[in-house]
Amino acid sequence: MATMVPAAPAWVRERREAAAKHFAEVGFPTTRLEDWRFTNVSPIAEANWPLAQGGFAAAAALVASVTVPGAVRLAIVNGQFAAGLSDLGTLPKGLRIASLRDGARDATDGIETHLGKVFSIASHPFAALNTSFLDDGVAIMVTKGAIVETPIHIVIVTGGDQPVTAHPRVLIVAAEHSQVRVAQTFVGTPGAAYFNNAVAEVVVGESARVELYTDQRESDQAFHLANIQAHVAAKGVFESHAFSTGARIMRHDIGIGLKGEGADCTMNGVYLADGERLMDTHTSLDHAMPHCTSHEVYKGILAGKSKAVFNGRIIVQLDAQKTDAKQTNRALLLSDEATINSNPQLEIFADDVKCTHGAAVGQLDEEALFYLQARGLTRAEARDMLLHAFAGEVMAGLKIPALREQIESNFFARLRRGYGGQAAIAPQVEG
Amino acid sequence: MLDVKNLQVRVEDKEILRGINLTVKPGEVHAIMGPNGSGKSTFARALAGHPGYEVTGGSVSYQGRDLLDMDPDERAREGVFMAFQYPVEIPGVNNAYFLKAALNAKRKQQGLDELDAMDFMALVKQKLKVLHVDESMLLRSVNEGFSGGEKKRNEIFHMAVLEPTLAVLDETDSGLDIDALRVVSDGVNAMRSPERSFIVVTHYQRLLEYIVPDYVHVLADGRIVRSGGRELALELEEKGYGEMTGARK
Repeated sequence: MATMVPAAPAWVRERREAAAKHFAEVGFPTTRLEDWRFTNVSPIAEANWPLAQGGFAAAAALVASVTVPGAVRLAIVNGQFAAGLSDLGTLPKGLRIASLRDGARDATDGIETHLGKVFSIASHPFAALNTSFLDDGVAIMVTKGAIVETPIHIVIVTGGDQPVTAHPRVLIVAAEHSQVRVAQTFVGTPGAAYFNNAVAEVVVGESARVELYTDQRESDQAFHLANIQAHVAAKGVFESHAFSTGARIMRHDIGIGLKGEGADCTMNGVYLADGERLMDTHTSLDHAMPHCTSHEVYKGILAGKSKAVFNGRIIVQLDAQKTDAKQTNRALLLSDEATINSNPQLEIFADDVKCTHGAAVGQLDEEALFYLQARGLTRAEARDMLLHAFAGEVMAGLKIPALREQIESNFFARLRRGYGGQAAIAPQVEG
Repeated sequence: MLDVKNLQVRVEDKEILRGINLTVKPGEVHAIMGPNGSGKSTFARALAGHPGYEVTGGSVSYQGRDLLDMDPDERAREGVFMAFQYPVEIPGVNNAYFLKAALNAKRKQQGLDELDAMDFMALVKQKLKVLHVDESMLLRSVNEGFSGGEKKRNEIFHMAVLEPTLAVLDETDSGLDIDALRVVSDGVNAMRSPERSFIVVTHYQRLLEYIVPDYVHVLADGRIVRSGGRELALELEEKGYGEMTGARK
């Protein structure tokens, strides 16, 4: 695994070394750890994954397959920023973008301050591993008061002819009163085995607003580990919307710290687990300050012999009075062999708070299927319609129309493949 | 139109229908009446093809075809409509979107062009007016949060848009106040035509004051025990089911 990483500033080397030292001590997590009880990563730990060296020819076509018209495009290929596959156009005012490597070297404001500071490597072994290879990726900096209308689309491509590992890294810093929409799409060489270990850190300044959309459509043989970690300052708003259809093993660790009064966040996701896929989502919400609100909806559709894990942790600190936190987790099992472990985990230390959570696991409603059929829809159409409706609540959060279209069509195409059905109906479009 | 012969239906190992015979000709309205547990709703659901209702004997011919051999959706596309006694709430499925899909499924079967959103809305608005249904009902999820009356009205609205050949109304009057009953009945009456037939399943005579049937059948213990004209309903009202069906109550 040891490979020479290009020379970097001293602070980068220090952070790498600290993370490497930590990871060397703890190693890959095992199922003996509570946080990893249902997700066995030994197929990752036991294989040899050479660190990817540069890009590969087919990367351009993969980038093209997920192009979002009208967006600023930033491509990361096998962990490295790929200027040739990116399209910055004319950057909107108030937006600064740098490859992480250049930005770190040129001492671009904010990178040294925030990179690796939004999460603790002690709690996230894979983020520690990523940090130990800290080298490249993208930094998106939004200056004070800038309202960036143009969406920013980060395309993270992994794969090639050989099994590789990559550690892509994203840093988003939105200064006070700024706004930005960012999407990250994970795509890989179809059928290829690789280990993609991504980290995105988001810093939402006072009264700033950041939306982050994550489309995980990795190769069916890929191992996809991703951390999304955000800090939200007073009156700031952060939204994370995750859509997952790919990878052999997926693990998402999404952590949001509400660090200032009146901060608000949304943490939604919908995933489709089919075949023998394992999809694990661990979310963590830290209500550290008073008067913060959080909204969390996670939905899963499980087919085949798939497995899913959902662990939703909400911590309400002693000082976080008047917290309003709502968590919902629902899963639909389309086969008898699919299984889910769902675990809400509320740790409340303040006394004047409103915290609700609900978890439901079930099957498609037979009476609803019959009702739709009795009006003329085939059983496949009826099932599609119910599944669209189930996922629709989360899809509706996609506020970039071209991205929504892309994510929905991929999701529902994979859904039909997942239960071997035929194309039935087009997605429901509101209004 | 519809020829039911010796129909026997079982629900979860329990024999409910024990040989129903009924012939419905185009343009006719037949009322099926009977006490609770007589099998009237079972008859309606069996005609619609509910998977929980197992046909163990007899035959149903619809427009010369074996109805029992058709899936529920095929029956619907061929013009059989059932207004549900308990319409199902379907969160997240927009009422107008669903109805358009249902209408186009039927049009496709008939070899007609599918309606686009504009044509569909024009058609729908016209139907809404006739039924005094509020346009906001279109934008809501199917039956979700609807009052009992709204659900039944929505069923009749679906029927008006889908223009079935054979409509089966399963206790559409239950839970309706007198105003809603009138609106629903007006909707049904406006659709009566020489080509369209209705089977109206009801517990109470009241509905038949508004939807006047050509024939009334009394169901008891899974069989039709009396058949007659609309005067039979009045007789029922007077004497009650106990005497009419010979049941010990």
